Amino acid sequence: MVGRKDVLDLNDFTAAEIEQVLRTADAMREILTRPIKRVPALRGKTVVNLFFEPSTRTRVSFELAAKALSADVVNISASGSSVEKGESLVDTVRTLQALGADVVVMRHSQSGAPYLVAQQVQASVINAGDGWHAHPTQALLDLYTIRDKLGRLEGLRAAIVGDVLHSRVARSLTFGLVKMGAEVTLVGPPTLIPPEAPQWGAQVSYDLDAVLPKLDVCYLLRVQRERQRQRFFPSVREYARRYGLTRERVAALPEGCLIMHPGPMNRGVEIDSDVADLPRSVIEEQVTNGIAVRMALLYLMLGGAGEGGGA
Amino acid sequence: MGRRVLLRGGRVVDPAAGRDEVADVLVEEDRVAAVGPGAARAGAEILDCEGLVVAPGLVDLHAHLREPGFEHKETIETGSRAAAVGGYTAVAAMANTDPVADHVAVIEEVRALAARAGLCDVFPVGAVTEGMRGEAIAEMGEMAEAGVRLFSDDGRPVPSARVLRIALEYAKAFEATIASHALDPDLAEGGQVREGYWSATLGLQGIPAEAEEVAVHRDLAMARLTGGRLHLCHLSSARAVELVRRARAEGVRVTAEVTPHHLALTEEALASYDANLKVMPPLGSAEDRDALRLGLLDGTIDAIATDHAPHAVEEKEAEFDQAPPGTIGLETALAVVLTELVEPGVLTLARALEAMSTAPARILGAGDHGGPIEPGRPANLVAFDPGATWVVEPPFASRSRNSAFLGRTLRGRVVHTLLRGEPTVAWGKPTR
Repeated sequence: MVGRKDVLDLNDFTAAEIEQVLRTADAMREILTRPIKRVPALRGKTVVNLFFEPSTRTRVSFELAAKALSADVVNISASGSSVEKGESLVDTVRTLQALGADVVVMRHSQSGAPYLVAQQVQASVINAGDGWHAHPTQALLDLYTIRDKLGRLEGLRAAIVGDVLHSRVARSLTFGLVKMGAEVTLVGPPTLIPPEAPQWGAQVSYDLDAVLPKLDVCYLLRVQRERQRQRFFPSVREYARRYGLTRERVAALPEGCLIMHPGPMNRGVEIDSDVADLPRSVIEEQVTNGIAVRMALLYLMLGGAGEGGGA
Repeated sequence: MGRRVLLRGGRVVDPAAGRDEVADVLVEEDRVAAVGPGAARAGAEILDCEGLVVAPGLVDLHAHLREPGFEHKETIETGSRAAAVGGYTAVAAMANTDPVADHVAVIEEVRALAARAGLCDVFPVGAVTEGMRGEAIAEMGEMAEAGVRLFSDDGRPVPSARVLRIALEYAKAFEATIASHALDPDLAEGGQVREGYWSATLGLQGIPAEAEEVAVHRDLAMARLTGGRLHLCHLSSARAVELVRRARAEGVRVTAEVTPHHLALTEEALASYDANLKVMPPLGSAEDRDALRLGLLDGTIDAIATDHAPHAVEEKEAEFDQAPPGTIGLETALAVVLTELVEPGVLTLARALEAMSTAPARILGAGDHGGPIEPGRPANLVAFDPGATWVVEPPFASRSRNSAFLGRTLRGRVVHTLLRGEPTVAWGKPTR
């Protein structure tokens, strides 16, 4: 992990690297409980949050993480694709680099966009979500939260429920969980589960009720209503009926099973409102842990080696 | 007495004449004067071709020369130069220019620009439908009178079986061929790469191989119904090859082409999100690649065509979804085929050259090209060194550099290209 220039996908992390990030996040979380939540580890470094897609939690989380390490933070919200904007994506990032960016945290609506940037600039690139492809920091904070709550990852049984086809969260979390020795079942309507998913090391089920009784983690994906134009399922109503986590379905879950969601939630669709607020739902902890995990990543990439590490 | 050039001591591989032997080729003015051992004649300029292969100039059924309208990507001059450097003496220029080549004025403009460049014979392809809008057939008859033999809306499929039927039927009057970009538009919509493990893992919208299968099936049915001549562009899937094989056995008048990139590359190369590997139809699986090779071997697929599709740097250096599909190909096609197919023994050199010269010349109606290399025939020839290795990298003769093979080491380099006896490439360099 130390010395990695970019974090683009969890798929190319080793289990040991993931372990290192999670351990480092433990130390970072301790910093966040102090009265003064700030250490000087990244003083003089500049982190640019470059978001081509609206995001509140991920952007704020990266901003707080960088500030807790005393880095300078610049937030840029760019709307639309580079083509619509006139300036190309690569030129935009080269400009940021010329302005002194050490790390570019990038969110983009198109899969692979951070790869294009990472090849063209010396600055480190952290993928904060690209299209349907990957969201490695979300997966890391999810792994951290699960391990924190259940004490381990290996041997756990997790279901990821919903629109896997269009979900970067589902891809990254599947790779992360499988790498750490957990069993993953992807659940949803067949139109939203890629038939190749078993090649990721996951199992596939179209029947949520059959899966629930064995779970340690029930992870719900956001139903992306904008996809409904393509009618991958007949209606939101029918989706909620077949794949929503209702009160009744919660009763089928084992005692200690965690309920997770990457946010933002559609209450009443993939998760019933009062289910989201149950004690076993750790959705808010996910958000809080996100800061510590992102601090850990920034620290390991930029400061961890003591000598700037980032090259 | 006019100019005489002797190509001395090369291995003459001439699929049209069934010749493969070391021989001299004597060119007088624009024609072949003699072929055979000891064809030497006094006063001839001698090009030592020992160790080289001498063959009919290559013929490309499928190139986008972009002019008029997209001169920032390519012009007829730069595209012709790229063709000459690649060993081509004839190239079919696709109709998706701006304005579209759907009437004689554009056809004549393309011809005039090509004649001025003088580097390669350019055969303008006419659009099948007005404005390539897929609705009503263009004035194919007048274009045919102007010499157009191939019609295509390439870049987009003819969306309606009814319109394709009318075009195939109408073109029978002048024995023209309809070349189809066979991809079901509804299934392919928004797709970036072939659907499968890699599209799923990379989070890119896939196009199922069935989008091609469905369209090829439809096109073959219309060809059978009408008795018209159908040519299928850039086949990319095993099932499409099988459909063509069966249709040919039934006597349907169909020909087909495949690109060097579909013969050499597969979808896993996309793992780096390299937009130069984004092509349409998208790269397929190893199984598809093998089926395409087999189709070429058994004659189901007639020709290797480049689908040379230049795009400017800033267009390709964009997010994968935004980058336009296509790779340049004229300067690398021969070397890719030699390196990936001939050297490993997949194809014989004679069959490879037939697929790159004789067969496409026949489909295009380019009677001056594709051999045979015999006395009296126009001297459209290429001489290449099959053993020379080189790395694919800029500068290219093409105005663009979006090659799917950038950085690769290939074997086989063109040394001389002769267009009607005139060198367009001499010692590996374009002559103008």
